[in-house]
Amino acid sequence: MKTFKGNVLFLDRSDINTDEIIPAKYLTEITKEALKPNLLEDLVLPGFARADTQDKAVIVTRENFGCGSSREHAPWALEVNGINVVIAESFARIFRQNMYNCGMFAIELPKETIDNLFLNYAGKEVTMAVDVDSNQIVIQADGKSETIDFKVGEFDKTLVKEGGWVGYADKNY
Amino acid sequence: MGKTIAEKIFDAHRVDEPFPDTHVLKLDRVFCHEITTPIAITDLMARGMDRVFDPTKIKAVIDHVTPAKDSKTAAQGKILRDWARRHEIKDFFDIGKNGVCHAIFPEKGFVRPGYTIIMGDSHTCTHGAFGAFAAGIGTTDLEVGILKGVCAFHFPKTIKIVLTGTLKPGVYAKDLILFIIKELTVNGATNMVIEFTGPVVDAMSMESRMTLCNMAIEAGGTCGICYPDMTTVDYLWDFIQDEFATKADALADYSKWVSDVDAEYERVLEYNVSELQPMVTVGFKPDQVRTVAEVSGTKVDQIYIGSCTNGRIEDLRIAAEVLRGKKISDNVRAIVSPATPAIYSMALKEGIIEIFQDAGFCVTNPTCGACLGMSNGVLAEGEVCASTTNRNFNGRMGKGGMVHLMSPASAAAAALAGTIVNSLLFKA
Repeated sequence: MKTFKGNVLFLDRSDINTDEIIPAKYLTEITKEALKPNLLEDLVLPGFARADTQDKAVIVTRENFGCGSSREHAPWALEVNGINVVIAESFARIFRQNMYNCGMFAIELPKETIDNLFLNYAGKEVTMAVDVDSNQIVIQADGKSETIDFKVGEFDKTLVKEGGWVGYADKNY
Repeated sequence: MGKTIAEKIFDAHRVDEPFPDTHVLKLDRVFCHEITTPIAITDLMARGMDRVFDPTKIKAVIDHVTPAKDSKTAAQGKILRDWARRHEIKDFFDIGKNGVCHAIFPEKGFVRPGYTIIMGDSHTCTHGAFGAFAAGIGTTDLEVGILKGVCAFHFPKTIKIVLTGTLKPGVYAKDLILFIIKELTVNGATNMVIEFTGPVVDAMSMESRMTLCNMAIEAGGTCGICYPDMTTVDYLWDFIQDEFATKADALADYSKWVSDVDAEYERVLEYNVSELQPMVTVGFKPDQVRTVAEVSGTKVDQIYIGSCTNGRIEDLRIAAEVLRGKKISDNVRAIVSPATPAIYSMALKEGIIEIFQDAGFCVTNPTCGACLGMSNGVLAEGEVCASTTNRNFNGRMGKGGMVHLMSPASAAAAALAGTIVNSLLFKA
């Protein structure tokens, strides 16, 4: 199982698409590691700089994250940068499934909860940790701690625990 | 309670329901191209699982960057080519025989009503035009598809769109789907199938239905679906005549892949489209749509006609009608990419290629290239493209470039005028 804990990158925009996460010109790479320097290279978001992705483990964002292409290079570009968790109001279907298929978390939270995360924590030193067994996100900032419950389907949780879909499918089908 | 076509396809293909709302389906087709498949192949090799579930159900093509533009794309092609040979995948389309995946696979008769299809490409939804359940998936799902012939999906909640009326001259399936995406928004159909029905769809060619279904993903949809009918049978007849005595028999058989009248839908939306105008996108999201009239006069630098959305023979014929006997503006460059070798040949025979060339178009080989900014027509920073493709994301056709999505008629008109304009202006 991967690790789901660390610093948080806040991306305050909806509809961040796969071309923004990793542009098509890098799809000619045949290793995941090669995608590392180009994560979010084409992201259109005032105030965002590529360096902001350094030392992050979690992304918090708005609606429809990962829309567009089916490229699993998007989760891979996150993974090789140490980001195994994206928390959003909603995801595009293929991106969301790709995350769980890779044993990573794509967690959906209600709009009000996401609003509060931005309001309370964006711009601060904050860490988040996903507790796989209790379905909770533990947030630490300013020496205080907050816990948020989330929902995850049994299938998706199994994929996270087993490290992805290939091993599971090979065993069962 | 009745069932939708997607539910019926799920019922006929479900091999397991290991968890609530997790439907593992048997696959009739696994389509592959050289961008998303090589990493699946190398991962399977690394796991010691270099096997395929059924080489007759796997179809593969090199289409995104072809012929290879550099060592990296050459290596991707080689991995796919070697793998197809190693596993005796007979339907592998290499340079010279290759075309844009979502155009060449239907053209070869690989898609049938009631089929389940996956591909590591988001525009796989195109094949729903035949009454199939066809979904784009990522490389891991592709790996499992190749290895085991299965894929897991959630229950196919469905939005039904009923289209009535008659399209005006100069208005096409592309205008219709841009209008629908504007109505649904970019995530209005996320995790849902979009059914396109009604007299307007009934009257459409398979090419137009593929244009509609192709862009279901731009509203977040898992698949676009049209009901199979005699138009579907006619398109497929060369490939199915050994299976059925008559076309009527084929239609009778395929008619099981139609939604029941009492099927349950998430939403039902009805539009009379008789007053619909030519449409165009204006921003970096496919739901940012205006009428051509609203942005008429917007300058463009490049015109691109092609792709899995609008690179089929019907599209080239429509564009050629606008271009016939005219020259493109001195202020633009224009590119047409017939989506398959067969389309290219037809266009040659019909004199369409000559019309494009006389007008000043560059005619390229079949490839996805320019649509995603990989080759054959990449934009420079600050440039604007009038394009018949399906995505206008920032940087999609080249970093810093702007893409206006539109119909082949509108793109041809933009080539002549050098600006976005109604194609009827150039009709004889």
